[in-house]
Amino acid sequence: MIKNIVLLAFLFLILPLSARAEIRIDLTRGVVEPLPIAISPFYGDDPSLGSLGRDMVGVIASNLENSGLFKPINASAFVQGPDSIAADGVRFSEWRATGTQALVTGTATKAADGRTRVEFHLWDVLSEKQLVGTAYTTTPENWRRIAHIISDEIYKRLTGEEGYFDSRIVYVSETGPPQRRVKRLAIMDQDGQNHKYLTDGRDLVLTPRFSPTEQKITYMSFGNRGPRVYLYDISTGRHELLGDFPGMTFAPRFSPDGRKVIMSQATNGNTDIYELDLASKRKTRITDNSAIDTAPSYSPDGRQIVFESDRGGSQQLYTMNSSGGNVQRITFGKGRYANPVWSPRGDLIAFTRMYQGKFYIGVIRPDGSGERLITNAYHVEGPTWSPNGRVLSYFKERAVGAGGTQREAKIYTIDITGYNERWLRTPRDGSDPAWSPINP
Amino acid sequence: MLARTLMIFSALLIVSACSSTDDQTSMDAQGSMASDSTMTADGPLADIYAQDVNGATPGTQADLTANIGDRVFFGYDRYDLTPEARTLLEGQANWLNQYSNLNVTIEGHADERGTREYNLALSERRANSVKNYLIALGVDPRRLNTIGYGKERPAVVGASEGSWAQNRRAVTTVQ
Repeated sequence: MIKNIVLLAFLFLILPLSARAEIRIDLTRGVVEPLPIAISPFYGDDPSLGSLGRDMVGVIASNLENSGLFKPINASAFVQGPDSIAADGVRFSEWRATGTQALVTGTATKAADGRTRVEFHLWDVLSEKQLVGTAYTTTPENWRRIAHIISDEIYKRLTGEEGYFDSRIVYVSETGPPQRRVKRLAIMDQDGQNHKYLTDGRDLVLTPRFSPTEQKITYMSFGNRGPRVYLYDISTGRHELLGDFPGMTFAPRFSPDGRKVIMSQATNGNTDIYELDLASKRKTRITDNSAIDTAPSYSPDGRQIVFESDRGGSQQLYTMNSSGGNVQRITFGKGRYANPVWSPRGDLIAFTRMYQGKFYIGVIRPDGSGERLITNAYHVEGPTWSPNGRVLSYFKERAVGAGGTQREAKIYTIDITGYNERWLRTPRDGSDPAWSPINP
Repeated sequence: MLARTLMIFSALLIVSACSSTDDQTSMDAQGSMASDSTMTADGPLADIYAQDVNGATPGTQADLTANIGDRVFFGYDRYDLTPEARTLLEGQANWLNQYSNLNVTIEGHADERGTREYNLALSERRANSVKNYLIALGVDPRRLNTIGYGKERPAVVGASEGSWAQNRRAVTTVQ
């Protein structure tokens, strides 16, 4: 970073303003030094709008900092308050003197129709240019959502990649001793806020997955009809049993167009992969093998499926085309590979690997090259991708309590470089996270 | 069950007390017994002969667990039956043939050192290994249901092979 500042200072000396390079975080490099960014409290027309503006800035700062790509500057170093910025504009030379490169300012005012108008600006302090400026008019209750959308705009303008802050995570909330663990579906914003339970804990639930196109979740439940895959409609709260299968169904995931759910069915000791058309409820068998074929995940173009199978003697990852042909084994490393998930960008597949008593989360290219392990623990499992394919979430489980007879499960996020691992705080223990697409 | 056994056991004590103590005590005892309508001469005694006070009621889950064994264990990532498992299941098959009115569910389980989806599949395989062996031993398949719990319902919690081995199991449960 210091190198960057020196370089920019040098450019400032030799180049006219218009020709100076814009600030930008280069994500093509492995490890990125966080970019210092000043986020001024938004100016409010009255005390309640001022308070709203401060809350929004808190959410934006925490989003950007959690990404690991930004370092919000402490407000005590700010050279201008929101009132001064609103009255006089940004005094760039003073901000430059503090070493600030990127500055976010904004206002919260009452619109003519009584709703709230939030306006924000992202400034390149060195060139004194506005990089983004957008106004949103909405009801005050939507302030958190607007803060996430603004965070995404800042992220996109400075990294060149889509953001992921305006998204949610569905997961399994856990309580109680392991022998009688109570598991409930729960949903929250990607930063852990707006937490809500979706089931009451009566039935054991596992592996929820978001629809890529609708406000729906598919999951597995040990309800009174046996272990089966269900569909949950977030807007109506309705649960629907999916398909008419003998035996158990589990490990569901949506197709990229949201019209199908792919899952495993186990009957008479054999687990194969099936696809269910949600409209017609027609089921299609995709694999037919005496091995365990499970944890299927589509490529983002819907043409391929990655899955795990022990057909070669131990759990490994395979790809096939979406009708089941052209099966290719893609993992050959030591140990076992499980629950593969195709990145929404298509370039990588995340997985869980077990080797010599440890669990790992890693990524590999769809052709089986470039395997890279990202994190490891006594038990870490179940990766899920942020909508922009930049961040992975997963859960870790560890033995706690007297004699290690209790289990603690927590959800984490990590940058795909393997840096910036963070605990995503949930009210109770959490497992099986699944990231939503960007909110509609 | 326990409360009932205790009641019967205490009734036996009172009856034996009646026969072995002197007349005065016996009369007192009979006086208090008179108020208990169940303590007729042969009513509860007949009931006692139908019960096994030292163990479980025949043909119940408790009977299966105590006298036959309700579960078999598997090796790591295995679903084939060990010789010990086969012996125990032969006992289960005899027991099931004796109580031919009973249906059972075979619950497959896995240890925590595997991933969630695979363990569901593996535990279903284990339950079916048991089911298929019981069928081969003459148990009607219509009496046997299977379910795979994966690693979701451990019997023992610990971070060692000793506890994991106890969780790689298939448990026969009377419905």
